[in-house]
Amino acid sequence: MAIWTHYYIPQTLDEALSLLCREPQSKAIAGGTDLLLELQQGRHPPVRTLVDLSQIAALQRLEMSQGALWIGASVPLNRVIAWPPVRHFATALCEAISLIGGPQVRNVATLGGNVAHALPAADGAIALLALDAQVLVASPEGQRLQPLLACYAGPGKTALQRAEIIVAFQVPACEKEEASAFRRVMRPQGVAIAIENMGIWLRRKDERIEDIRIAVGPSGPMPFRARQTEQVLRGKPLDEETLAEAEKVLKSEARFRTSPHRATAEYRYHLAGVLLRQTLQTAWERTQLNFAEELGPLSVKG
Amino acid sequence: MELIVNGNRVEVEPEPGEMLAHLLRERLGLTGTKIGCEEAECGACTVLVDGEPILSCTYPAARAAGKSVLTIEGLADTYFVGRSQEGAEQQPMLHPLQEEFIRHGAVQCGFCIPGQIMTAYALLQHNPEPSEEEIRHALKDTLCRCAGYPSIIRAVQSAARRLRGEEPLPPLVAPVISESGRSQPSLHVIGTLQPRPDAVEKVNGTAKFTDDLKFPGMLHARVKRAMVPHAILKCLDVEKARALPGVHAVLTAEDIPGERNHGLVIFDWPILVGIGERVRYVGDAIAIVAAETREIATQALELIKAEYELQEVISDPVRARQPDAPQLHPKGNLLKHIKVRKGDVNQGFAEADVILEHTFHTAITEHAFMEPECSIARPTPDGRMEIYVGSQIPYADRHQVARALGWPDERVHVIGQLMGGGFGGKEDIAGQIHAALLAHATGRPVKLLFDRHESLLVHPKRHATQIRVKIGAKRDGRLTAVETELYGDTGAYASLGEKVMTRATTHSAGPYEVPHARADCYAMYTNNPPAGAFRGFGVTQSAFAIESIMDMLAHALRIDPIELRRINALRVGSVTNTGQVLRESVGLLDCIETVARELKQRAGENPFTSRIVEGQPHLRRAWGFAVAYKNTGLGGGAPDKAGAEVELYEDGSLEVRTSSAELGQGLVTVLRMIVAEEFALPPERVRVVVMDTDLTPDGGPTTASRQTFVTGNAARHAAQSLREALAASLAEKFDVSPERIRFVEGLAQVNGHTLTLGEVARIVRQEGRTPKAFYEYWAPKTQPLGTGGDMHFAFSFAAQAAEVEVNTLTGEVKVLEVISAIDVGKVINPLGLQGQFEGGIMMGIGNALTEHFIVENGIVITDRLARYRMPSIMHTPKITAYAVEHPVEAGPYGAKGVGEIVSIPTTPAITNAIYNAVGVRIDRLPVDQEVIVRELSRA
Ligand SMILES: Cc1cc2nc3c(=O)[nH]c(=O)nc-3n(C[C@H](O)[C@H](O)[C@H](O)COP(=O)(O)OP(=O)(O)OC[C@H]3O[C@@H](n4cnc5c(N)ncnc54)[C@H](O)[C@@H]3O)c2cc1C
Ligand code: FES
Ligand code: FES
Repeated sequence: MAIWTHYYIPQTLDEALSLLCREPQSKAIAGGTDLLLELQQGRHPPVRTLVDLSQIAALQRLEMSQGALWIGASVPLNRVIAWPPVRHFATALCEAISLIGGPQVRNVATLGGNVAHALPAADGAIALLALDAQVLVASPEGQRLQPLLACYAGPGKTALQRAEIIVAFQVPACEKEEASAFRRVMRPQGVAIAIENMGIWLRRKDERIEDIRIAVGPSGPMPFRARQTEQVLRGKPLDEETLAEAEKVLKSEARFRTSPHRATAEYRYHLAGVLLRQTLQTAWERTQLNFAEELGPLSVKG
Repeated sequence: MELIVNGNRVEVEPEPGEMLAHLLRERLGLTGTKIGCEEAECGACTVLVDGEPILSCTYPAARAAGKSVLTIEGLADTYFVGRSQEGAEQQPMLHPLQEEFIRHGAVQCGFCIPGQIMTAYALLQHNPEPSEEEIRHALKDTLCRCAGYPSIIRAVQSAARRLRGEEPLPPLVAPVISESGRSQPSLHVIGTLQPRPDAVEKVNGTAKFTDDLKFPGMLHARVKRAMVPHAILKCLDVEKARALPGVHAVLTAEDIPGERNHGLVIFDWPILVGIGERVRYVGDAIAIVAAETREIATQALELIKAEYELQEVISDPVRARQPDAPQLHPKGNLLKHIKVRKGDVNQGFAEADVILEHTFHTAITEHAFMEPECSIARPTPDGRMEIYVGSQIPYADRHQVARALGWPDERVHVIGQLMGGGFGGKEDIAGQIHAALLAHATGRPVKLLFDRHESLLVHPKRHATQIRVKIGAKRDGRLTAVETELYGDTGAYASLGEKVMTRATTHSAGPYEVPHARADCYAMYTNNPPAGAFRGFGVTQSAFAIESIMDMLAHALRIDPIELRRINALRVGSVTNTGQVLRESVGLLDCIETVARELKQRAGENPFTSRIVEGQPHLRRAWGFAVAYKNTGLGGGAPDKAGAEVELYEDGSLEVRTSSAELGQGLVTVLRMIVAEEFALPPERVRVVVMDTDLTPDGGPTTASRQTFVTGNAARHAAQSLREALAASLAEKFDVSPERIRFVEGLAQVNGHTLTLGEVARIVRQEGRTPKAFYEYWAPKTQPLGTGGDMHFAFSFAAQAAEVEVNTLTGEVKVLEVISAIDVGKVINPLGLQGQFEGGIMMGIGNALTEHFIVENGIVITDRLARYRMPSIMHTPKITAYAVEHPVEAGPYGAKGVGEIVSIPTTPAITNAIYNAVGVRIDRLPVDQEVIVRELSRA
């Protein structure tokens, strides 16, 4: 009846991969903040063996290299938040994961788990998508770098195989004139998952948006890139006319659903416009700050 | 594996599936780490691993290999290592955080405290000078249902200062406003700041709650729940479960030796539903198991097979009253039709210049005390049964367990344990009877612990209500008539439903003098979880309705909402709508004036107009106002009494004993202070023993804000009787008249020379007597509803104002500040009172904004803590509280109840503020931000 029988704490990636291949009914575990609750509450098929990813050096990496941040998949979120480059060069991600749980949860929860859990409105994943993160995946066949959305198969369903492990996320660092922001709306009743969240990255050229990426959740079965909206905004100044058009397009390309006891689709469509305007505005203003020190305290309202 | 726990090397092998909390609690005996949810929601299980706080309930034990774990038990040592330990013998060694939690009154029931302190400790390790904002963020997911969040913040700030070598902060207590023209008796102890007698053990992790107890040979019980809301149980097969190795007993309805139903007023709740009998809600028990371990017991549950014939589910009280609805109980679905009649409402409405009518809805809400229910039953060699349980009514437990066993009450011994919160939710039977039946069947001690999921499903909730109010007034604001019609959803069983809904009904016209009032309430059975007592006892619901419509009326009449309440407020000489003449202690106007004054200081003449937050045109702010009243004591003709015993010992200490319950509210402090006052000695010299049915006299139920009044009076009279008896002994011995004997500072003064109290005790004992006195206090007689007499012996009053900020784009609502003034009669224990003030307001905020226990077609949707949100420290507004003292002649030193009134006006003050800010009238709780946006877009 125990929710697992064997618990392994491999020290290397190879060891972890071979355990996952070898052991029947095995499963990778990082912080366990999603997985253990699902197992305890009978929402996950039973497992026999848990393979703990928390001590593998390759998954603990935090470094800047060639214009990108490399964030190990099992670095606890609090360590990611405390790492200055994330705050400076991937502000949306820092904002998003600061909102997850309390310090106790963030001391164990990871980005790898946030993505592999595959919810369409996971805060970390939405920010990563806006930042155009690539995912380094290890499998018994070797390692590959793939786009974030390639990790998704459906709501709560990862495209990763059981013996595949996310090693790290490669997040392009924001350069001059580039900035990002993240926002979400919660419902005070019920589970602490955003009823809607949005991450925006943009590059500004003078008074125009030169390039932009918008990620929204939950719209459809996986984190959603609002590409048509991005297209509307590209090359435009940030004025009311552009905003109104962008809002219209976003509402037509996004697919919001009603979740009983949480939010109606109608409310979510409404919020999409609100979040778009506010997040865009914040990101836009940030492009003018060259040093993240000037960001001031990030909004971490829960 | 090897790990370091509190500095000591430990070698243990983790078990399959084992979490760190289990390892610490069950195998290392470190029970200071608490389990409130096992779903990473509450933070009670927080410990530090390699210096970082984590949730040990969801942290695999195996993962701690090679790491260093710090629990609450080891905290003080981290501070004293390398420091001088002078005085350590007399004083318990505590970390400054632990001391400041005590000093600031942040410790109430204590269940969340180890988690709070460990989380705060981790914060201070990283950040020795945290801002208030940083403290909130750190404690964001460490919940306290007693919710003294402001005190917790101050305690952390104060400890941080001490650790930096600065002066600590003084504790904050509410200023007192006295009734004008009253002389104040001189008191030594009453009204002073005193720590709780149980505070030290609650901050250092040694406090034992029921689940922290273990007995040799103890078995673990689990309950098979029906999980269907309405059905007839057709067959039940427990053979496979019985055959499972490690299972010692599986019992069904047939195995109950005594009466088969339990209940607090009406015995309508089956202990176990038998074959052919009716299941009335998902939490109904059909079989109980005792096994060697909890895992085996859980496994056995899955082997029990039941078949049901499903019935139509009654999911709301209006449907329950329809003639074609299926009948849930032999007497039908109507538990009670409650009526209040005063004057002639038709005449009242005919005289009115304005009549308004509106219907309000309130949701089911959940107590969510941090400590889930736990009972241990232990058969004793002399053929009795001991029950260890944290219960609000120990003597009722005793009676109900005895009935089920078919025994006389005296054969059952309830040994009340510390309670991690109750709020009304630990008045009914939870696992006491089941544990006793299994202990009886197996001859072994049996522990029955609910997990959070079971707790949410099973225990009675706050009644959902539908309340229609029709109100009539003259143009000048004077009320002419109030008519209310209430439907209360009492769920599957009566519990205290009739009494709760009676209180809802009698209070449904508000604390106003109304010449013509009429109220009808239908308390209906449904297939929802039962509803019973919950802080506020029905008045929470009706206050929301009446205070909302009062604001609507103010608006319609263009009268200031405060003025409208002033005009109609109950005062000395007023007649309530049940016909009671109020002769004293009606401090409502003083409460109103106190809040009005504070409001004016902050917001000038127009606090109720909407203001735009500068630079953020989508944010609107406004204040809202509400008042309330709430009876103290059972009332309605119910005999309301409590017994207390006070004994003097030869070491000069005193002990006061009563079976009244301490749920965290601070009764123990109050009793200690009262006895200390009567003997003019330091409170530390008084011990308090509560909740043991063998050692302590019946204190009656801990409900209806009655304990300070009733048990406080019993303790006071017992102390006085003891004092008189001692004086009589001394008078005889020294041949002086008893009036010449004084008791001061732990000494007796007789004719110029002094004796210590210890010597007095010896003198009395030498005379062959025990220096103790028992007093059974009977509260002033009350009259049943409908007789027109005094339904209650006292009422408490309150006024509150809340400032909210509404986001017009998202509908989000934030409470920024609450001003509160409560007429408590007399402040006995200011630190405890502050905890009640803060916690009550937080619960009101939860009731308004976050809490919604959702049941759909009898199925509980909010069956995990993650789905039922109580306010966290992030919801904490600035709180300014005043204590207003309009003493009650019969109360101890003038005191009356406080536990419930503190919470009642908060919800309508918030919803009225929302209306003032954005013009949306909330008539359904909790506030739905989506509705606000929808209404705004419609406008
Ligand atoms: C109280 C609380 C509040 C929360 N609040 C939020 C919130 O506000 N926003 C939010 O987005 N989430 C929230 N969460 C959810 C959760 O914390 C996050 O999703 C977290 O990031 C998951 O990480 P983990 O390491 O704990 O994952 P785990 O539970 O360990 O794993 C989740 C899944 O991912 C797989 N997995 C983990 N790591 C890898 C890897 N490297 N490679 C391949 N597969 C892997 C596991 O096998 C499992 O299937 C909350 C959780 C709790 C308990
Ligand atoms: S018991 Fe661990 S978070 Fe509640
Ligand atoms: S003191 Fe925090 S839950 Fe009671």
